[in-house]
Amino acid sequence: MKLTLRVWRQRNASEQGRFETYEATDVSPDMSFLEMLDVLNRDLVERSEEPVAFDHDCREGICGTCSLVINGVAHGPRKATTTCQLHMRSFKDGDTVTIEPFRATGFPAVRDLVVDRSAFDRILQSGGFISVNTGGAPDANALPIGKAEADTAFDAAACIGCGACVAACPNAAAMLFVSAKIAHLSHLPQGAVEHEQRVVRMVHAMDGEGFGTCRNYYECEAVCPKEIPVSFIADMNRGYLKAALTAASD
Amino acid sequence: MNWLTRSLSSSIGNKLLVAITGIGLVGFLVGHLAGNLQVYLGQDAFNAYATGLRELGPLLNILRAGIVLVAIVHVVTAIKAARSSKNARPVAYAKHTRVVSSGNSHSMVRTGLLILAFVLFHLAHFTWGLTHPEHYKLVDGEGRHDAYSMLVLGFQSWPVAVSYVVAMFLLGMHISHGIPSLLQTLGISHPKYRPLLEKSGPVIAVLLVAGFVSIPVSVLLGIVPLPEGVL
Repeated sequence: MKLTLRVWRQRNASEQGRFETYEATDVSPDMSFLEMLDVLNRDLVERSEEPVAFDHDCREGICGTCSLVINGVAHGPRKATTTCQLHMRSFKDGDTVTIEPFRATGFPAVRDLVVDRSAFDRILQSGGFISVNTGGAPDANALPIGKAEADTAFDAAACIGCGACVAACPNAAAMLFVSAKIAHLSHLPQGAVEHEQRVVRMVHAMDGEGFGTCRNYYECEAVCPKEIPVSFIADMNRGYLKAALTAASD
Repeated sequence: MNWLTRSLSSSIGNKLLVAITGIGLVGFLVGHLAGNLQVYLGQDAFNAYATGLRELGPLLNILRAGIVLVAIVHVVTAIKAARSSKNARPVAYAKHTRVVSSGNSHSMVRTGLLILAFVLFHLAHFTWGLTHPEHYKLVDGEGRHDAYSMLVLGFQSWPVAVSYVVAMFLLGMHISHGIPSLLQTLGISHPKYRPLLEKSGPVIAVLLVAGFVSIPVSVLLGIVPLPEGVL
């Protein structure tokens, strides 16, 4: 396969970025998208040019490190698939592929296709934990949890924190991520205890990071590689309203 | 009351204000349509309804002040939400593909502002009597304000009828996203009912728009006639 790649190049956060066009020849349909970029980088290095910086780690679709907006869609055209699990057979010979970083105030540019997603870590630090003393590992089933509740908590916990929801959102809102992180704790008895404080703290931390306001486009749900549903956002909205009205403090 | 201002100024609090005032405005539309449909009952019934509204006196003014306040909060908070979103992505994508979101959802600010402009014209026409004072001054056989003839004469003017119909279609676009959106914002969501809740917007929009649009269409088709002896 031959592809024309339009790749966003940006030396650092303070410099203006621009698109560079590269011809990728000899692309195998069996390569992952990141392997295709590895080959591009090998060619760039051989020509003594700067390789394209991009984030990657596990390359198994479970760590949330890879990113990229490919032809206008976060993580590319395949549903429920991270960029590292996207294969070149999803493209046609001769295609032009536009590759951009996740763009959001909350995700400042670092270099080329790499952005700083540590805003997510700070949101988690504001309340995405439980502070009850759970003691040693309890006996199995000592604390009964209904199957439906456990499943819902696990569905939310599937979030890998990649930030595709922010990248895809026309408002650059982070509500799908934040609502998943709230839901995976609130559906379990240990996490339910601090639910109200958690919702308020995490929502305020999210606002403080400069993410936009959700206006219910649901683009986040459509691109989420872990298919986190927007019903968690509704739960968060309801939880925030209830906490604002009834929580004793903060 | 620090918690109140803090909660309402957060992104979710702001959205909640948009949603709650949105419910108020949809409620107003339902009431307004129910009143206007009485035009099909004839001049006497419609003028009795119009006069009855005016005779509410202070209560009418309280209702009017309430709906104006609701509308102002709706517009201000919605624009605030749109602005925060603009600030949240200073560098636009060269290519941004819409995977699922509808055109209606992306045009909420535009349709909303056009509806606002229409509402001001609509008030100038029927409530303040500024655009067609000669129609506004009419009285019926019982000496009441002849709202029925004012309506019929108004819609016999093609520009008035067309602008009304266009505005109602914009309103339909606005609320077909607005209603499911406000339900989601208020946390009314359940996997079982999600398809139903999402369809509620287009269904309510079609019903309301059909009701409103039927009135100028009926006037132009002569189904709602001008009473004899007027003008």
